[in-house]
Amino acid sequence: MLTKRVIPCLDVKDGRVVKGVNFMNLRDAGDPIELACRYDEQRADEVIFLDITATSDDRATTVGLAARASEELHLPYCVGGGFRSVADIRRMIAAGADKVSVNSAAVADPTLITAAARAFGTQAVVCAIDAKAVAGGRDRWEVYVAGGRKATGIDAVIWAREAARRGAGEILLTSMDRDGSRDGFDCALTRAVARAVDIPVIASGGVGELDHFAQGILEGEADAVLAASVFHFGELTIRQVKEHMRSFGIPVRL
Amino acid sequence: MTLRTVVVDYRKGNLKSVERGLAAAGADAFISDDPAAIAAADAVVLPGVGAFADAATTMAELGQVEAVRAAVEGGAPFLGICLGMHLMFEAGEEHAPEGGPLPAGLGLIPGVVGALPRLDEAGRAYKVPHVGWNSVEYVAAGPEAEPGCAHQASSTATGTALWAVPPSEDCLSDWAHPGSAPGPNPLFAGIPEGEHFYFTHSFAVPDGPAAIARTVHARPFTCAVQVPGHAVWGVQFHPEKSSDAGAALLRNFVRLAKDAR
Repeated sequence: MLTKRVIPCLDVKDGRVVKGVNFMNLRDAGDPIELACRYDEQRADEVIFLDITATSDDRATTVGLAARASEELHLPYCVGGGFRSVADIRRMIAAGADKVSVNSAAVADPTLITAAARAFGTQAVVCAIDAKAVAGGRDRWEVYVAGGRKATGIDAVIWAREAARRGAGEILLTSMDRDGSRDGFDCALTRAVARAVDIPVIASGGVGELDHFAQGILEGEADAVLAASVFHFGELTIRQVKEHMRSFGIPVRL
Repeated sequence: MTLRTVVVDYRKGNLKSVERGLAAAGADAFISDDPAAIAAADAVVLPGVGAFADAATTMAELGQVEAVRAAVEGGAPFLGICLGMHLMFEAGEEHAPEGGPLPAGLGLIPGVVGALPRLDEAGRAYKVPHVGWNSVEYVAAGPEAEPGCAHQASSTATGTALWAVPPSEDCLSDWAHPGSAPGPNPLFAGIPEGEHFYFTHSFAVPDGPAAIARTVHARPFTCAVQVPGHAVWGVQFHPEKSSDAGAALLRNFVRLAKDAR
């Protein structure tokens, strides 16, 4: 039986983990690879590196990071952030990334998804969507780009469906309302997207406690759950999360 | 002994993890796209990402199809991973041009690679691609796994001679002859049944006498194969991305390949 995935997400800038990291026994808490290796040991199902670097010079650092990750990790990993073209994506895949996530550039030009899926396969293309509830709108969410700074007027569910139709292999869905709130996933948003597409959906944004992970799966109908700070701060371990999910009858790989 | 193991580069991405996994498992692994290097290797690993049609075309253009077949028919142990396993079959439907003939694979095993079903028997829909860690069940080797019966499974009979030829006397050890030993196929030796491996794919190989393991997503499907009697295997999942279980499987392959040479 296919297990539900638990995915730690590492925000990386200039080759260093940003957002606080308070992990015990790390030689270098800011080294994304060392942190990812720790999650590998804890039986994380996958790792996502989100590159929040702005300039192309720094992007070379991230390509180097992907190459190191392919040498040291024994689990699949995805790199996201800043891809503008198939050539950008090719560099990252060639460096060893199993998948890439595209966001703003795909909204600006959806054919990027089509082209990337054709070049590297559907399984390598994750469409990241940052969504925010529409004020006064019931069960409607709007897509934001540029790191959540710019509204697009596009409906998140409709965009998810188009991304899937164009060949995205997964949707990484972040609720901007919940991100950083520790109030749990936006399960209504997650469920709306999960039911609209026939590809896997990764729920992101809002985890603050153990029960939230199971809620993302059971109420949000997500295929995978992502969190960052609860893992980085050492509040929860991957194993704790999985054991808790299992107590709800959710299949996990322990 | 050293096992010079070529990881075939057909220009489709992530080979380093496979190369490193094989090296950690004890092989002298190297990446090459050169037909001569492939044909001369002690063992051949065909990794996999991308789509069947593109990969088959690229391999043909680079002269790799004949090189891999020559190596395997010459006795080189072989492991196909994900798309690499799909390419062991006669043909594949993934990205096949409409109306034209299906793109041809290596033809080491009869049958056509098709789309994963999305619905289970009750009509419930499952997500495809099948992405993530799934458990693996072993298929007991029965008399139908004997090479002599293989042709009955082939409707097209365009598989290579390899499939039809019974194993030679010197490879009739238990590792090479799935019908002779109980328990899992030696590729899975020491790995408990039900262990999880990492999958990511939308197409799957047909069931048949080559099946040595299965997994379930919507419906059961074959997730590992062996050409009966030969040190020629394929796996749908990615051992190089499957943590300890994947490392154990690669060690098994390298050990079996060394035994076979």
